[in-house]
Amino acid sequence: MQEEQLVARYRRAQRRRRWAVTAAQAALLAGFLVLWELAADRYWVNPMLTSRPSAVWRTLLNMAASGSLWLHVGITLQETLAGFGIGMGLGMGIAVALWWWPALAEVLDPYLVVLNALPKIALGPIFYIWLGHQWSVYGMAVAISVIVTIVMLHAGFGEVEANQVLVMRTFGATRAQILQKVVIPASLPTLMAALKVNIGLTLVGVIVGEFLSARAGLGYLIIYGGQVFQMQLVMTSVVILALISALLYLAVTWAERLVSRLLHLPTRS
Amino acid sequence: MRRPRIALEEVSLTYLSPRGATPALAGVSLAVYPGEFISIVGPSGCGKSTILSLIAGILKPTSGRVLLDGEPVTGPSQRVGYMLQRDYLFEWRTVRENCMIGPEVQGQDRARAGRRVTRLLHKTGLAAFADAYPDQLSGGMRQRAALVRTLAIDPDILLLDEPFSALDFQTKLVLADEMWSLLKSEQKTALLVTHDISEAISMSDRVIVLSQRPGRVKSVHEITFAGPERPVPFKARGAPEYGGYFQRIWSELDQPGR
Repeated sequence: MQEEQLVARYRRAQRRRRWAVTAAQAALLAGFLVLWELAADRYWVNPMLTSRPSAVWRTLLNMAASGSLWLHVGITLQETLAGFGIGMGLGMGIAVALWWWPALAEVLDPYLVVLNALPKIALGPIFYIWLGHQWSVYGMAVAISVIVTIVMLHAGFGEVEANQVLVMRTFGATRAQILQKVVIPASLPTLMAALKVNIGLTLVGVIVGEFLSARAGLGYLIIYGGQVFQMQLVMTSVVILALISALLYLAVTWAERLVSRLLHLPTRS
Repeated sequence: MRRPRIALEEVSLTYLSPRGATPALAGVSLAVYPGEFISIVGPSGCGKSTILSLIAGILKPTSGRVLLDGEPVTGPSQRVGYMLQRDYLFEWRTVRENCMIGPEVQGQDRARAGRRVTRLLHKTGLAAFADAYPDQLSGGMRQRAALVRTLAIDPDILLLDEPFSALDFQTKLVLADEMWSLLKSEQKTALLVTHDISEAISMSDRVIVLSQRPGRVKSVHEITFAGPERPVPFKARGAPEYGGYFQRIWSELDQPGR
């Protein structure tokens, strides 16, 4: 009896704590918005430079009404998802090739290290010249995610328990069977971690790509807003971008949980 | 004379590394006949496990021949099952799916292999855990599952590389009895590598003692017990002959630091 009471009290305390954290988070956001609005209203700061929440909200409604919101969000999303898909697919393919031919991995190793360290954003102008304004964004998005994917996955393949591979070899398994039945399933947690890293990186690539060359998309809106000195447009685009990146990250996390549950994989936090 | 199921003829193996050559085996000859249970004991690093890898077709001898029923080994064979020190089960597969990996890889008839796995899971007391995942099993149960996985391809020959070394003492004794009885009832030929003399005596028809590296056969001990049939390993440990065998093999082993 007493034990149950203790457990109940403990659970109540835990619940209260969770509520307190959520409430504090909400209060922080609300406080920030109120302070921002107030500061702009009282001219504590120059609203020309900072814009204000009410202006952002109006801009958002106008853009939604005119349809331009959906156009720009749609383009940025499309570029991000396509870049993400191509980057992951290409990265996985190359990582598998490196696993399959260890000599190839040995030869390419220093180049991968350098490419991984290189700030891919520096390649932007090159993609612009090579691919034109329409496709350079994709080039940027893929470039920024593909090397990380290769490096992460190839390292993950190398960490697969050697004796699990040995078990397969004692059964006379072919290289393809070892890849399919051991190396890939054992590396799925690494793949999931790579997905999480890449969704954010791809978004960086897309926005930078849009800065440089695009005629539409949130990155374009931000640059355009800056050039014509419309801070409410810049701020609104940044807010939308924050929402999109949060949603994409949540979607990947959710997919990770689903896959882990279905395939009985340990989740990597 | 009967033909040995497994034969090593003057087998030598040298490992090469940037630091030079390390001879692991130097002229090892031995023969194992159908249905026998043979143990190899020796100091650590004497090449015991290397012998199993050679028979399994994972390594090739530097010189000499390895034969299965008179045929030279060219690679992994469906006739040989290899059990490692630890289970190395795949965490993402259920016990049954883990046990089916061998037949799956070798393209064996699924229905037949499935029935064999079901029967073996029953015999090892794992039937209730067929759909459980490895992380839900105890160490002993995991090793039983690994045994079923090895037997699922229906090999004639079983190579056991210290299969009890990762288990606690009680589990080890229980599992040794179980595994021995199962292998006898399935009429398998077994080769056990161990550093545990008691385990070797209690389970084997013969114990082969290897010298320090590079390993060569130092002596061979026939293990027999009085009575109409051979006692199970646990009983054998209490048999009157046991102490004599233990003393003799113990004195044969090159003790480290001696």
